[in-house]
Amino acid sequence: MSAAIDTGDTAWMLVATALVLMMTPALGLFYAGLVRSKNTLNTFMMCIAAIAVAAVTWAAVGYSLAFDGDGAIVGGLGNAFLSGVDFAPRPGGTIPELVFFAFQATFCIITVALIAGAVVERMRFGAFLVFAALWSVLVYAVLAHWAFGEGWLLTGGTLDFAGGVPVEMGSGFSALAAALVVGSRKDYGRQALLPHNAVYVLLGAGLLWFGWFGFNGGSGFSTGQNSVLAFTNTLLCPACTLVAWFALDLIRGRKVTAIGAATAIVVGCVLITPAGGYVSPGWAMLLGFAGAVPSYAVIAYRTRTRVDETLDVLAAHGTAGFCGILFIGFVAQASWNGVSDGLLYGNAAQLGDQALAALAAPIYAFVMTFVLLKAIGAVYPLRASDREEAMGMDVVQHGEEAYVTGEGAILLLPDDHERVAVPVADPG
Amino acid sequence: MKLVIGIVRPEQANQVLEALYRAEVRGFSISRVQGHGGELDRVETYRGTTVQMGLSEKVRFEVAVSDGFVDKAVEALCEGGRTGEVGDGKIFVVPLEHAVRIRTGDTDEGAVTPVGK
Repeated sequence: MSAAIDTGDTAWMLVATALVLMMTPALGLFYAGLVRSKNTLNTFMMCIAAIAVAAVTWAAVGYSLAFDGDGAIVGGLGNAFLSGVDFAPRPGGTIPELVFFAFQATFCIITVALIAGAVVERMRFGAFLVFAALWSVLVYAVLAHWAFGEGWLLTGGTLDFAGGVPVEMGSGFSALAAALVVGSRKDYGRQALLPHNAVYVLLGAGLLWFGWFGFNGGSGFSTGQNSVLAFTNTLLCPACTLVAWFALDLIRGRKVTAIGAATAIVVGCVLITPAGGYVSPGWAMLLGFAGAVPSYAVIAYRTRTRVDETLDVLAAHGTAGFCGILFIGFVAQASWNGVSDGLLYGNAAQLGDQALAALAAPIYAFVMTFVLLKAIGAVYPLRASDREEAMGMDVVQHGEEAYVTGEGAILLLPDDHERVAVPVADPG
Repeated sequence: MKLVIGIVRPEQANQVLEALYRAEVRGFSISRVQGHGGELDRVETYRGTTVQMGLSEKVRFEVAVSDGFVDKAVEALCEGGRTGEVGDGKIFVVPLEHAVRIRTGDTDEGAVTPVGK
């Protein structure tokens, strides 16, 4: 079997997997900068928790449900607990299945972490852990099977290069459901709730973009033409989204904003995620420009509603993923991707396949997440009390602070917890 | 003429600002302070080091008012700052000897009365 393995492909996929895993702490940094300082650690920890929980559930059953067999809706349990996953490639593949598994695991992880953006600053950490475990199996693995496994979307002809269906629309529309079930922060709409560190936000977005080269560039599972195309499109499309976002900021507020720029980077990367390996660089640039507008509009509209979808996962991921998936249906070019043409190149059926995915994925993600959180909420409170929310989730949920000064901190001895009158200068 | 000093929870600071605004108290300054007022200490752990946090973050309001506004300022601080839990803070009212508005040189009552009154 090892004869089918391509060392160049394998080397790239090992690197790409590590790049994608880095995106989750990068997302943590991005999210942490967007919340108030008293919730910094909790927000970051939700992303770290996604690595902990989703890597385990993915190894246990998630991977198998997504990639074992050709069921229309869901895969089998043949690869549960990594059974049969070893150094041999999957049919048609050129990399060890272990690498393929790890690469796909990092996708599941970041998707779970993305949803945290809808519920930060009030959801209890324990409830989020339970939600993350169940969601990664019941929603992510199923959507991944539809789009990446042998599920009905893939076999039906839907093109989704790097996860417009499971990752972007999956997280975006689940985030909307999560925000509705968990409810608004107590001060939402009454006080200005501002990002506490815009530098974290920019740095997080920059690291996400860096990691996204592995995310999109690795989704061809090789160093072949589709991967190269997706890689370069991952440079071009977000750059165009940045330019468009600057213009929209200038028109609307007369100033180009830093938080807006960070958001634009994410939106641009999401736009090109499904389309990366299927559209020409020129179309990718147009997608970057034009795709900025719907996400910008959703963010502007969302802040006028009572829905506290706190960090705009729907706008950045759901909306942009939706646009990217549909865009393929118009401008896919067989001369670039070797697979299929879109409407503009004489294949209207491709647009139909894309529209089907753009309809089915949001509905499944929204409904399942809504029901799942209602069920968890029936046995386990989803959110902290108002009092705890006011104190901040860092102290309440983790017993730590992000910006602790150490003044007035008194060391407790581990054996008897007896109070010793020695102020600690700086426990950090 | 009094200086009203209110030390409140940081998370209540916005409510206090609103209450002061409603009471038409328009001049004040705030600062972030740390203090201890008998509330239960938080215990935090940093990689094996467990500490008792003896000081809590507070926001200190300083409001210089003419005598007629003392009660209004105190009420606003109470109303905005109160949660009912230990740790809501304290208010101190102290006599104010002299005040000057730097821009005009107005003194005392004139200095602590907002422009346009």
